[in-house]
Amino acid sequence: MKAPKFSYVRAESVDHALALLDQHGDEARILAGGQSLMPTLNMRLSRPQLLIDINRLDALKGIALQGDRVRIGALARHVEVLNSPVVAKNLPLIAEAMPHVAHVAVRNRGTFGGSVALADPAAEMPACALALGATFVVQSSKGRREIAADSYFKGLYETARAVNEILVEALIPVEKPGTVSVFLELARRHGDFAMAGLACHARIDKGVIAEARLVYFASEVRPTLATRAIAAIKGKPWNDATRDAALAALADDLDPMTNLHGSAAMKLHLQRVLTRRAIDQAVARARAA
Amino acid sequence: MTGEETTEITLTVNGERIARRVRVREHLVDFLRGELQLTGSHLGCEHGICGACSVRVDGVVVRGCLMLAVQADGAEVTTIEGLTDTGEIADLQAAFVERNALQCGFCSPGMLVTAADLLKAAKPATREEIRNFLSGNFCRCTGYHAIVDAVETTLNKRLGR
Ligand SMILES: Cc1cc2nc3c(=O)[nH]c(=O)nc-3n(C[C@H](O)[C@H](O)[C@H](O)COP(=O)(O)OP(=O)(O)OC[C@H]3O[C@@H](n4cnc5c(N)ncnc54)[C@H](O)[C@@H]3O)c2cc1C
Ligand code: FES
Ligand code: FES
Repeated sequence: MKAPKFSYVRAESVDHALALLDQHGDEARILAGGQSLMPTLNMRLSRPQLLIDINRLDALKGIALQGDRVRIGALARHVEVLNSPVVAKNLPLIAEAMPHVAHVAVRNRGTFGGSVALADPAAEMPACALALGATFVVQSSKGRREIAADSYFKGLYETARAVNEILVEALIPVEKPGTVSVFLELARRHGDFAMAGLACHARIDKGVIAEARLVYFASEVRPTLATRAIAAIKGKPWNDATRDAALAALADDLDPMTNLHGSAAMKLHLQRVLTRRAIDQAVARARAA
Repeated sequence: MTGEETTEITLTVNGERIARRVRVREHLVDFLRGELQLTGSHLGCEHGICGACSVRVDGVVVRGCLMLAVQADGAEVTTIEGLTDTGEIADLQAAFVERNALQCGFCSPGMLVTAADLLKAAKPATREEIRNFLSGNFCRCTGYHAIVDAVETTLNKRLGR
């Protein structure tokens, strides 16, 4: 199908885009990579009156190390994140996850900020950002504010960003020496949205899990930090008893949505399989480090 | 807002400078097909799934149905017609014929434009990597095997292996 009628403005600056957002409110949409927005327009699932194209705003671009955090500009394309030496060195979790995000042509246009702004429950980047304790910077005509990833993801495609705000960048703490990360997902076909997935960041000392963040995606309405499973493994050696406790606790953390990819029971099963594999791998990586 | 909003764009298509007035809601492939009669780029799903619309914009393959024509203002666009004319993928096209890597041919332009990016990188790739690279392009006829064969053969020939 073809997109419905809309007006189009190429934003000349962030302030210009923000002024347009103030003026048009909910009738306007930011156009970043267009890899999620354009399909909804072509299928007429959404009918904004105005598209505000931010693709030429240099202030939103780039990836750089800033002290002990990596700044990923909202307009950094998936392909740039995939090929970034800064990401490979400082955010191995994101480097490991990025090849799972869509396909080549989609990665050439889709943006990091678009993924975080949209907050698809099956998307990889929101889960990784949450696992690493990222901070998102949003801006309105009134100024900037920072939102911790922990309080950013609210519900199904629902975030703490207000309609008059643009997501400017993500600030992601570098993975410190002595920590390990593992990213795993199951999809029917490479590059498709996941049917189950897990982003894990942990500190493991001599086989004992000192700290861990386990974030599950593609099962809940939003990326979900599994606090009960984490409590079950914290301070414990990774053995059969710890594993059984973690997998049992996971049933209290997750209540997967049944969808085309499978039933709630099947998804919980898959997330358990991934949990076992991910922590096995984390322990092996910690040992090898 | 009843009338159609239009705007002037200037871009390079297959090496030729072009200026046109476009409807802002028109995507790039509708523009290429309707306005420039470049009908090699196909439209399957128009929502990003099938890859039939793949075109090269500023050196990389993108989905032509997910980019507005107005966004290509100032860009360099290359379609399957352009890639054919320059001879950049003559060897790949010959391999497609040789290996029977197409049946109805609907997916072929998108496959070729996508595979052209892989060949351009001129780096060795396993069959698995070739499959992953082409995973965003659907073919409903061939079962992919022959397509992967054709790309693999061409890549290996180019790398002198
Ligand atoms: C075939 C296909 C497969 C895909 N597979 C995957 C996958 O496996 N995993 C995955 O994660 N994604 C996948 N995607 C989606 C892709 O990653 C998108 O690029 C991403 O979800 C959105 O980024 P975008 O830049 O394209 O955003 P757009 O489509 O431009 O925008 C998406 C939404 O976010 C808003 N928005 C965008 N940027 C900002 C900003 N800076 N500030 C405020 N609001 C903003 C827009 O207004 C819009 O509502 C797939 C897409 C396709 C077409
Ligand atoms: S027509 Fe563009 S992806 Fe199918
Ligand atoms: S040859 Fe028919 S779709 Fe590929």
